[in-house]
Amino acid sequence: MKAIYILWLREMKRYFRSPAQIVGALGQPLLYLLALGFGLGPVFAKSGHGSYLQFLAPGVIGMTVLFAGAFSGIGLLWDRQFGFLKETLVAPVPRLHVMIGRTLGGATVAMMQGLLVLIACVVAGFRPTSFIGLPMLLVTMALIAILFCAFGTAIGSRLENMQAFPLIMNFLMMPLFFLSGALYPLDGLPSALKAITTINPLSYGVDGLRSTLIGMTHFGLALDLGVLAAVAVVFLALGAYSFSKIQL
Amino acid sequence: MITVQNLVRKFGELEAVKSISFDVRPGELFAFLGPNGAGKTTTIKMLTTLLAPTSGTIRIDGLDPARHQHEVRRKFGIVFQDPSLDSELTAYENMELHGVLYGVPRKVRHERIETLLKLFELWDRRNDPTKKYSGGMRRRLEIARGFLHTPKILFLDEPTLGLDPQSRNQLWTHVKALNQSEGTTVFLTTHYMDEAERIAQRIAVIDHGAIIAQGTPAELLAQTQTDSLEAAFLALTGSAIRHEEASSADQMRQFARAWGRR
Repeated sequence: MKAIYILWLREMKRYFRSPAQIVGALGQPLLYLLALGFGLGPVFAKSGHGSYLQFLAPGVIGMTVLFAGAFSGIGLLWDRQFGFLKETLVAPVPRLHVMIGRTLGGATVAMMQGLLVLIACVVAGFRPTSFIGLPMLLVTMALIAILFCAFGTAIGSRLENMQAFPLIMNFLMMPLFFLSGALYPLDGLPSALKAITTINPLSYGVDGLRSTLIGMTHFGLALDLGVLAAVAVVFLALGAYSFSKIQL
Repeated sequence: MITVQNLVRKFGELEAVKSISFDVRPGELFAFLGPNGAGKTTTIKMLTTLLAPTSGTIRIDGLDPARHQHEVRRKFGIVFQDPSLDSELTAYENMELHGVLYGVPRKVRHERIETLLKLFELWDRRNDPTKKYSGGMRRRLEIARGFLHTPKILFLDEPTLGLDPQSRNQLWTHVKALNQSEGTTVFLTTHYMDEAERIAQRIAVIDHGAIIAQGTPAELLAQTQTDSLEAAFLALTGSAIRHEEASSADQMRQFARAWGRR
């Protein structure tokens, strides 16, 4: 337990000590929010869906948590060769504890980034319809964060070198984001796109965020949380397994 | 302290370690030398629970690393070829983390961190993040950290690579001092033959996965009729340059150097 705590604490310290990284990670979500939110806003309004900014903000928050979570997991590849990870792998601590400490740390960081983007969204004009959903919002964000952090760990444990990184970025992370309902409503999609968005766990994450922030939902919050929790458990198991197989 | 008998490790068809046997006595400074790709790192990985042997036996202070992983891990400290500090954390925090991971009680931990950081001349800079440290300081910190949980054995895998003679010299002085005051057995690898000659009490030379000579430095010189360990080493291993395919770790190392991480 102590090991899990100290490894979590380490991730916190690292996060708060690199303000440049905190601000840098806000750049991409804000670009999406401002460029698409205001750029496509008039089209969206004309088609009778209301404010695009309201619709988009939960999607951008979901994207932030996705990227922050997954990158902290994938970053393990670098950490394994040139960082502290090696030191933890020869310590007399079960690997599972090391993995859990890292994942919880990475997930907490991802949540904090998500909350920062939420604040930025509010500054840009986004208005949550109620604050009753706040505890559920945090639960949803935590589930998304843990899910993708464990997912990243599973990938990072299996990678041999950094060259695969752009591949993962373009063929895994970006599709996860674009095919999730973060940018457009899931109603009335062509059947292929509908099938893909239905099996993408981020769809449920974004839907959960939208449900708790602006009371708009496609799947229903109960199903969102159920799917997120179930997939998080699967990815945690997968991540723990891959992590236990790491060879230095 | 370390007993190895008929140790073999195969990677598919390739036999990286071919039935090697050696003993390291308690309190000894033991150098494990060999050209690149000879099997040094593979052997260290097996001794330190990171890799399972294909066959043969290993005893670390009487225990089998494959079966008693955690007990064995408590018994040794290791300094890896590649850096393993958290560069965002301070020296003190790096030490503290290690102490917690190894279950060193709080009071002992704080006392020992202070003693070791003072000994390795890092106490004044204990609150600086290690990314501000020079290569030599980082190495010293890693070695100090390796001693923190009072291990019986310290493994040093090319600890002086890339350091200037001053830093190398100072580093070995500290290691030797702790070897004497705490009786820690030291198992080291290096490519600097002068170092090995100066500090090692016994040496084993490994080449192509097999141990081709072992003994005190003087014995190796006598056996090869040479007057320096470097000459003895070349007489034993030949002067052909070893062709080793770059592994993914080497590629990352190159990348890291290009980006100035080390």
